[in-house]
Amino acid sequence: MLPTIWFLLWGILWAVYFMLDGYDLGIGTLMPVLGKSETDRRLIFRAMGPFWDGNEVWLITAGGVTFAAFPTTYAVMFSGLYTALMLILFALILRGVSFAFRDEYDHPLWKKVWDGCLIVGSFLPALLFGVAFANIFRGLPLDSEGIFQGTLFSLLNPYGIAGGILFLLLFCQHGALWLAAKTTGELEERAAAMARRLWPWLFLMSVIFLLATQRITNLFANYLANPVLLVIPLLAVAALVMIRVYMRKGAWWRAWFASAAVIVLVTLFGVVGLYPNLLPSSIDPAYSLTAFNSSSSPLTLKIMLAVALTFVPVVIAYQTWVHFIFKDKISHEDLAREEGY
Amino acid sequence: MDALMLSRLQFAVATFFHFIFVPLTLGLVILIAIMETIYVRTGDELYKRQAKFWGKIFIVNFAIGVLTGITLEFQFGTNWSRYSKYVGDIFGSLLAIEATTSFFLESTFLAVWIFGWNRLSPKVHLLAIWLVAAASNASAYWIIMANAWMQNPVGYVLRGDRAELDNFLAVVTNNFGWQQYFHTLSGAYILAGFFVMGVSAYHILRRQHLEFFTKSFRFGLIFALIFSVAEVVQGHIHGAEVAKIQPAKLAAMEAHWDTRANAPQTLFLIPDEKNERNLLEFGKIPGALSMLAYHSPSAVVKGLKDFPKDERPPVALTFISFRIMVALGFLFVLLTAVGWLWRNNLEAHPRFLRLLIWAIPLPYIALQTGWIVAEVGRQPWIVYGLMKTQAAVSPIAVSQVGTTLVGFIALYSLLGFVAFYLIRKFAIAGPEPAAAAIPTGGPSAAAGPQEEPGEASGTFVEEG
Ligand code: HDD
Ligand code: HEM
Ligand code: HEM
Repeated sequence: MLPTIWFLLWGILWAVYFMLDGYDLGIGTLMPVLGKSETDRRLIFRAMGPFWDGNEVWLITAGGVTFAAFPTTYAVMFSGLYTALMLILFALILRGVSFAFRDEYDHPLWKKVWDGCLIVGSFLPALLFGVAFANIFRGLPLDSEGIFQGTLFSLLNPYGIAGGILFLLLFCQHGALWLAAKTTGELEERAAAMARRLWPWLFLMSVIFLLATQRITNLFANYLANPVLLVIPLLAVAALVMIRVYMRKGAWWRAWFASAAVIVLVTLFGVVGLYPNLLPSSIDPAYSLTAFNSSSSPLTLKIMLAVALTFVPVVIAYQTWVHFIFKDKISHEDLAREEGY
Repeated sequence: MDALMLSRLQFAVATFFHFIFVPLTLGLVILIAIMETIYVRTGDELYKRQAKFWGKIFIVNFAIGVLTGITLEFQFGTNWSRYSKYVGDIFGSLLAIEATTSFFLESTFLAVWIFGWNRLSPKVHLLAIWLVAAASNASAYWIIMANAWMQNPVGYVLRGDRAELDNFLAVVTNNFGWQQYFHTLSGAYILAGFFVMGVSAYHILRRQHLEFFTKSFRFGLIFALIFSVAEVVQGHIHGAEVAKIQPAKLAAMEAHWDTRANAPQTLFLIPDEKNERNLLEFGKIPGALSMLAYHSPSAVVKGLKDFPKDERPPVALTFISFRIMVALGFLFVLLTAVGWLWRNNLEAHPRFLRLLIWAIPLPYIALQTGWIVAEVGRQPWIVYGLMKTQAAVSPIAVSQVGTTLVGFIALYSLLGFVAFYLIRKFAIAGPEPAAAAIPTGGPSAAAGPQEEPGEASGTFVEEG
């Protein structure tokens, strides 16, 4: 029972991370097309400024919880996906640094360098998280010792790449909606137009990915065994359609929430399909790491559950509060007033 | 080099780099919170400007601390996967608790503080910085308790092929960990104190913003003075704890080869590891080592020769690092004591002020050498007495680690360089002028220290 609860929590933490940092990564990726002028670019940075760091901590927590609840999975996942993970981490460093450094010096070249870091640092993680998760859905070449028998390039198989593109589109859609909700004037319109333009591609890619998942992975086995669970993908599709509906009305916040729901549901769709596997082995299912054979001792799981159930709601409460105090659209006056910080 | 050596090197690069930024975060945030508290209580704008000025430096420093921390969190999995599998039950949970209880708080509320000046009431804004202070110092507690478990494993049982949690309370109240925690925090506060004193001294020397910086100086001085004294006292207790728990480390710290009672402490020596002896010993204080380690001159202190060769840490590095740290520890007491005597007429002592500018790096060195003592002195164990470092490394290809090591060094050098440049620039530029008034201080202040720092940095080089 405990391992199952933790398996779900594990999935939820990753889903929340993707839902929150997803819009930052998407906005960063879209920067070259949306940030036409220097003011635009400053507004774009400002739209993420108060949030990105708090969002990124969900990644640290997802990692930490993997370590605490499923140490063997943590060990195999991150040593197996070594190069991909390091690329993600380096990219995230570049992204974070661009927030810290960009406005501290006034020179066009300086700004260009950090804008570039934001773009690379957002695009790569968005893509690679998708590639990594698609490969996990598909199964990793793990031998009996749990040693990964592949390279970065074996991750770049067609299904992995499809996963990468899907994540990229999801995050870009999510980011464009956030920006449309947070800005005014031309930038708002540009972001809105981008969101509208991305939607059909996202829809198409989702269909392709679902079909490919059915052919290439075993994810649907759990769904066939328990047809009630099919609500998850159905809700995902419904939320995807709702994005479109709200975009029509220009209700950007609602559209953003619909897109948040899509991201969470897509992640959960994968996670529920995996259960009880955390890392299925493509060499022999017997080598797979599951919630049961890779978990911590019951004592650790219990203590961690107490910690998580106490603190995660508190975190959600104050992060919601922060989003609330900074919920207004960003104006040019905000930029002027916060000059220097 | 094999994957083991490369991984060790990479881990060392990543942690040392992280720990360049961490201590300033830990200490400066408290000073800033105190400044803002005075502002909120008295309404004196000077303290608000102080909080903003030091805050600007803090923000850059904090950002690099956060970004370099993330790679560390995952490196246990990427490079030390066998270790992670072996101890995850205990060690992993401390890391996860750190993230849920501390990292969220500090990251979220720092953003509130940065963007909230005009949106929140002064009291709520003040609360934000105190939350950041509390959370960073709490995060240090969790990570150090995790490290302490590697130094002195407690509260576990060996089951199957791993260590499992048996007594959570024992793990989070590990006495060795408390020693490490107070020692590291005091060191961080010393560092922040010296940082503030050094930057203030720079401006006082130039008679810029005098009131602003003499008051800042006072904060730094009090902080550094208290914790320098505390550090030396507590360091000795810490040493005794090491003697009890990791006798091999103690012997390496003192380059002590032969087991004996009434063991002396030698002020100066050169260890000769190959021949298991010391060259050039002088300044022996008889019985001092026995006294320090076991509070009795007749106590027997085990020498390195009585440990199997493959269970001895590298002696020279541990020894030299320990000496540097201790020497600096006494120097800090001296410097802050002098500063206290002259606190009311600092301007009359320009040489001392200049010395303090140059003293800024010293606490950094003390902290890093301290970690070398703790970590290198623990070798060859990764978990003392339970698991050796060589058994801990991931089954990954040398080429992978080699590539990322180069990546780390390149990326971190760039980061370090830019962060250093920016922090120096902000420090030299001085505070923003007061809202409606011309900057306080002597006539030279009007020359515009808030302008581009070009000329100011020129004078910095000259002065030095
Ligand atoms: C004595 C204190 C101390 C020590 C020994 C370490 N750290 Fe650290 N760490 C902090 C004190 C700290 C901090 C003060 O909480 C930081 C530094 C600057 C900052 O912004 O937060 C931080 C940031 C920080 C972050 C980013 C948190 C965020 O986003 O807010 C991570 C993931 C880690 N650390 C992880 C580690 C790991 C895995 C370490 C072990 C090798 C480690 N730290 C050593
Ligand atoms: C921030 C201050 C720290 C510094 C400067 C530091 C430095 C080092 C160094 C130099 C080594 C290499 C020793 C050797 O191989 O000879 C090492 C090893 C190690 N340390 Fe730390 N450390 C720090 C904090 C921590 C903390 C807080 C933890 C755990 C929570 C930790 C975990 C480890 C591990 C797992 C190793 C084994 C890998 C290795 O031998 O390189 N360290 N550390
Ligand atoms: C005379 C003064 C000092 C004494 C006797 C002393 C003693 C010690 C001892 C015995 C250790 C090894 C503990 C271990 O193996 O875990 C240690 C580690 C350390 N020292 Fe010191 N120390 C002194 C001054 C300082 C100063 C001034 C600083 C920094 C400003 C500092 C920073 C550190 C750090 C960061 C560590 C590693 C973390 C730890 O184990 O606590 N020390 N010190």
